[in-house]
Amino acid sequence: MSKTVMEHADASEVFNRDEPYVNWHDETLWFVRQKRDKSSKQLPEWEQLRDAASGIKHYVLSHLDELLISFEQKAKENGVQVHWAANAAEHNEIVLGLLKKHKIDKMVKSKSMLTEECHMNEFLQKNGIEVIDTDLGERIVQLRNEPPSHIVLPAIHLKKKDIGDLFHEHLGTDAGATDPQYLTEAARQHLRDKFLTRRAALTGVNFAVAETGGFVVSTNEGNADMGAHLADIHIACMGFEKIIPKQEHLGVFLRLLARSATGQPITTYSSHFKKPREGQEMHIVIVDNGRSTQLGRKDFRNSLKCIRCGACMNTCPVYRRSGGHSYHNAVAGPIGSILAPNLDMTKNADLPFASTLCGSCSNVCPVKIDIHDQLYKWRQVLAKEGHVPKSKEIGIRAMSTMLAAPRFYQWSGRMGRTVMRAMPFMVNNALNPWYKQRDMPEPPKESFRDWYVRNRKN
Amino acid sequence: MSSRDKILGQIRQNKPEEVALPAVTTFASDFENTEDKFREMLSAIYTEVIVVKNLEELAAKAEELYTGIANRATTIPALSGWADFSLNVSDPHELETVEIAIVQAEFGVAENGAVWVSDQYLPHRVLPFITQNLAFVIPRNALVNNMHEAYMRLQDTLGWGCFIAGPSKTADIEQSLVIGAHGARSMVIFLLENE
Repeated sequence: MSKTVMEHADASEVFNRDEPYVNWHDETLWFVRQKRDKSSKQLPEWEQLRDAASGIKHYVLSHLDELLISFEQKAKENGVQVHWAANAAEHNEIVLGLLKKHKIDKMVKSKSMLTEECHMNEFLQKNGIEVIDTDLGERIVQLRNEPPSHIVLPAIHLKKKDIGDLFHEHLGTDAGATDPQYLTEAARQHLRDKFLTRRAALTGVNFAVAETGGFVVSTNEGNADMGAHLADIHIACMGFEKIIPKQEHLGVFLRLLARSATGQPITTYSSHFKKPREGQEMHIVIVDNGRSTQLGRKDFRNSLKCIRCGACMNTCPVYRRSGGHSYHNAVAGPIGSILAPNLDMTKNADLPFASTLCGSCSNVCPVKIDIHDQLYKWRQVLAKEGHVPKSKEIGIRAMSTMLAAPRFYQWSGRMGRTVMRAMPFMVNNALNPWYKQRDMPEPPKESFRDWYVRNRKN
Repeated sequence: MSSRDKILGQIRQNKPEEVALPAVTTFASDFENTEDKFREMLSAIYTEVIVVKNLEELAAKAEELYTGIANRATTIPALSGWADFSLNVSDPHELETVEIAIVQAEFGVAENGAVWVSDQYLPHRVLPFITQNLAFVIPRNALVNNMHEAYMRLQDTLGWGCFIAGPSKTADIEQSLVIGAHGARSMVIFLLENE
């Protein structure tokens, strides 16, 4: 997994070499986006729900400390042990510590983007712990030794044949088998054995309720419940922004989450954990890992409202044609491109540029995060802090010189039009990045300004 | 300083100015007929709805539907003649061989076809997940329109509870829907006329 990281634009170029595959990827995600549209239109109060969700989350951001303290207190009263981790390393150490204390070296895990963010699997494996991902999509990418390419649809970049080959190699299914029913059944049997034999289960947290100290985990497969209810110890890991004030607010978020994610009216299982079952230990790890810094960035703090539905990815024309891995971050797509520079500006300076700023992401966001505005703002911050590549910087400097001098600008326009007409090969060549995947436009005979000056008198 | 205090300190320093909670966070869904909506949503998620007049009819219907299936479990005392599997196990792993479980649920939600099941009626949390096939029994008059009404009804979640909407499913292989990922492969909902 620690391959050399390619910048988004370069990785997309590789992704785009196989045109039928890119078209298929694009259409598959657009299909999910359409399901979201259909589902949202079933509710006349959809826009009000989004407003309510955004408003509740805004309240959360402005009362985070009190809500977390109340959650901690209630959770403890319920018999749950609460841990705090300032960063990824501390989170990983806490999980390892709990497993070691119980002498457990094998664990099942349901989907948790936070543990992806913390690179927990890698860390635990290095420390002799076997971690099995139990969500089918996550198990598939885990067997392939790669990260998920989408936060809701982890294996969306793979075709049936890829999975058939993978299962043939690892699970002993028939060579060449591609029937999803058959392949899923094989995974069911393989994972059932893990559920029945593992003493520790780790889950993510979709929503944590300050009022009750309980938390909700949503899945379609039932893997979080299978793991947690059979294990002696259940560890739930949450980014601290997952907190909501009251149980009744779950009504707003559960109505929005699955409809935005896949178009379902609700996920198959919405499991509400509050107290450990008899004889079981339950732990919650509350993680910061850069979130409190993002909270202090006025322009970007709204990104902490995210409920991880993935709608912004499904609708994004760039994501659909570049694939999740090109974002080299646990959370890909538009929202990931806002979250990633907060974690590491140098490493992720390319991501806010991986957008057309068309605004589609903001339009579908169930909690009304101003995603495309934030991407635009990140570009300015990154340029100011010197994180923009040299080629772009030179271009921008040349552009600002030209735009600052009207006469020079007019002359340049005339030159450009003449050159493009007389010597089209000067612009229609591989040296010109604008020529990639598109033809250069036919240059007009005159500029608007020339036309205006000529016609003003009439 | 502990990480807890460090995190809380940084939050206090960085949090935005106080804003109030939105005035409206619950909405009404007035379906023409709540039960019809509930059935419509369930048929879209591969779940059969069967109305039974009373517990005798439920037992007869269960016998008919699951005839030939040996490993049965139930949480409903009136079905003790039907289910010969004892839920009196100390270790939930022993439920691994259950083929069909008929479980009491508290109410259903029309907007999404989910039913609420909790510790109140469930001696083993894993039962609805580990069984191969699952059926719920809910009183016919215990339906709410939407999730807001559901939470009004749910004053407390006890130790654990779950909204379950249809059998287990996945679409992780090229977006092809497959029923029966890890949990139940099939689901039936019995609406009970008289309690």
